[in-house]
Amino acid sequence: MPNMTPKKTSMPEQEPSARRNNFNEVALGYTEEMARGEATRCLHCKNQPCVKGCPVGVHIPDFIRSITAADYEGAYRTIKLTNSLPAVCGRVCPQENQCERNCVRGIRGEPVGIGRLERFAADWHLKHGEDEPFHAEPNGHKVAVVGSGPAGLTCAGDLAAMGYSVTVFEALHVAGGVLMYGIPQFRLPKEIVQKEIDALKAKGVTIETDMVIGKVLSVDELFENGFEAVFVGTGAGLPSFMNIPGEGLVGVYSANEFLTRVNLMKAYKPGYDTPIIRPKVAAVVGGGNVAMDAARTALRLGAEHVHVVYRRAEEQMPARREEVHHAKEEGIEFNLLCNPVQILGDEKGKVKAIECIRMELGEPDASGRRRPVPIEGSNFQIPVDAVVMALGNTPNPLIRTTTKGLEANSHGCIIVKDSMETTREGVYAAGDAVSGAATVILAMGGGKQAAKSIDEYIRSKSGVNRSR
Amino acid sequence: MFRILQKRKLNDSMTLMVVDAPYIARKAKAGQFIILRVNEQGERIPLTVADYDREKGTVTIIYQVVGKTTMLLDRLNEGDSILDFIGPLGKPSELEGYKKAAVIGGGAGCAIAYPQAKALHAMGTKVDMIAGFRSKDIVILEDEMRAASDNLIIMTDDGSNGNQGFVTDALKKQIENGAGYDLVVAIGPLVMMRAVNNVTKPYGIKTIISMNPIMIDGTGMCGGCRLTVGGKTKFACVDGPDFDASEVDFDEAIRRSKTYFEMERAAARDYQCHLMEAANHA
Repeated sequence: MPNMTPKKTSMPEQEPSARRNNFNEVALGYTEEMARGEATRCLHCKNQPCVKGCPVGVHIPDFIRSITAADYEGAYRTIKLTNSLPAVCGRVCPQENQCERNCVRGIRGEPVGIGRLERFAADWHLKHGEDEPFHAEPNGHKVAVVGSGPAGLTCAGDLAAMGYSVTVFEALHVAGGVLMYGIPQFRLPKEIVQKEIDALKAKGVTIETDMVIGKVLSVDELFENGFEAVFVGTGAGLPSFMNIPGEGLVGVYSANEFLTRVNLMKAYKPGYDTPIIRPKVAAVVGGGNVAMDAARTALRLGAEHVHVVYRRAEEQMPARREEVHHAKEEGIEFNLLCNPVQILGDEKGKVKAIECIRMELGEPDASGRRRPVPIEGSNFQIPVDAVVMALGNTPNPLIRTTTKGLEANSHGCIIVKDSMETTREGVYAAGDAVSGAATVILAMGGGKQAAKSIDEYIRSKSGVNRSR
Repeated sequence: MFRILQKRKLNDSMTLMVVDAPYIARKAKAGQFIILRVNEQGERIPLTVADYDREKGTVTIIYQVVGKTTMLLDRLNEGDSILDFIGPLGKPSELEGYKKAAVIGGGAGCAIAYPQAKALHAMGTKVDMIAGFRSKDIVILEDEMRAASDNLIIMTDDGSNGNQGFVTDALKKQIENGAGYDLVVAIGPLVMMRAVNNVTKPYGIKTIISMNPIMIDGTGMCGGCRLTVGGKTKFACVDGPDFDASEVDFDEAIRRSKTYFEMERAAARDYQCHLMEAANHA
């Protein structure tokens, strides 16, 4: 008999009052007992609606069945069949918009905690499991992967499993892309990302850090060097600013810079040389997950007050509900329907306040959301000593401007077919470089599709039949 | 890891290093920069490429010891390796098509101004090189600068070489004496570059400067290196590092360059104390 409790087994978490002062992970993960209890809530629907909601098609009911039977390693292996980064996805996937949204249990209560179970299985494996010895007969073909974020890592892992010799090129000194520089430690411990990367290396994937493709080598030169296909997973790394007065003041950061200083460059850890302004009162502009990450990071750096400034209403915030909830629990202050008009500085050019105008919701705009309209004369100031702009990112132009025949749309996103094939033969792309800023799992889904297409392309070109 | 093949002290605080970096050496052009990291806990710092040898696969950097990272770098010797060495970043300088140029270097900036002079000179542009130092004891690359120019003027703050004054004094004099420059390249401290711009602006002489602001990745990702140029936000790492001086908001750039001044000073002091303690123990 399934467990008919209407609510998900709740996730053990660090207390808000404690966690706002440390960078340790907020969610602590299920115990075996909790996991088995939650797993028995699955009804094992014949048509498996949850699987259809997963961009990488994890065999969800199957892995849940293994958890019910206390075969945790089996659950992990089932997930791993289609998802190369389970410990990451179990933490940062927006399951509420994907698998869990389709869960039948969600009709009369809460859906099965699929994400939490995925995380449990992945963590159990990291602690107790052993990686299966890896066998893939080398097929003698070389593929280059540009960018080592979720799209690139997935594409590289899938191609390596098919026997390709894969080299991943990363511009930074550490592989992992946004998983390393963007998402904070308290949401995605870097040790977990590193383990996934090490596992990829164990599969024979070569990772070349410090290589800025487009500068040190062009895509054409990769082909000249014997790579038969190139995958571009360079993400959306170019930060947007508002172009309001005062953005050049000392203490104004892009979320990218603020988070990179803390996550990648470890400014929060004693012993590291990276400087960062530790604000007493910070304003974070934006309403997405990155804004929540930046706000909660500012808090953990010691800020007494952190204000999120967002021009629309709470229901319209693109951030996950869970992140907004966590932020509120930790004491982040939300200034909704407010838009910054300028940032004010002191005589030394340091930020001293942010001036906002109140907004009201008007007619729906192109995105279908009601357009925020400023209320004349409602300006007010919040005294702050740092401002973080979390307004979204656009794709980095480095590859497309240095690769002939690679076309992009007006937003700078690389144009691809469903197969992830670009307008340039042999070049494939996926992830934020194609979609603009989106989610880890969508990037992974795209990387997976690209790996499949690259395999077909190389096979057709080299006249090898698909061996099945 | 990138091996240091040669290390040469240029003066008390400036050092030249030739680094084995074949990929970068193959692509680097004048005006571009690299980013390096000395150790796992270290910062990423940008340094302009001072020279390169495509055949030998080497890149030359020249740095002044000013903070903890350059102190750490300066402790490395020939045969040691630099942990990360990334580049070539930024746009190459555009120096084609000028008849007569003044290339101005201030202190450590001479290390970067010199290859610009060399490139212009090689393209047939007449070059006056104006180099400024605090005193004659710390003059660097004198022979190189002389070889790369038609006329070398060295100014010293203290007049110890018999030529007291700032580079701007020399520049002004040259212009007033009818030097007829159609290009001025100025590389050095921000205040010097601003002063040069103030001299050339009334004459409408095209003035190119090389910016070296705070940055992390050097590929356009962090936005920390942003400047206001012609009223627009530009990233020095991808839109520069060269800019038309007449459009740069120097006051903002100077303020932003001091963002971590106190922290940097404290880090350098702590590191020096740490070294002295270690020496006393030994």
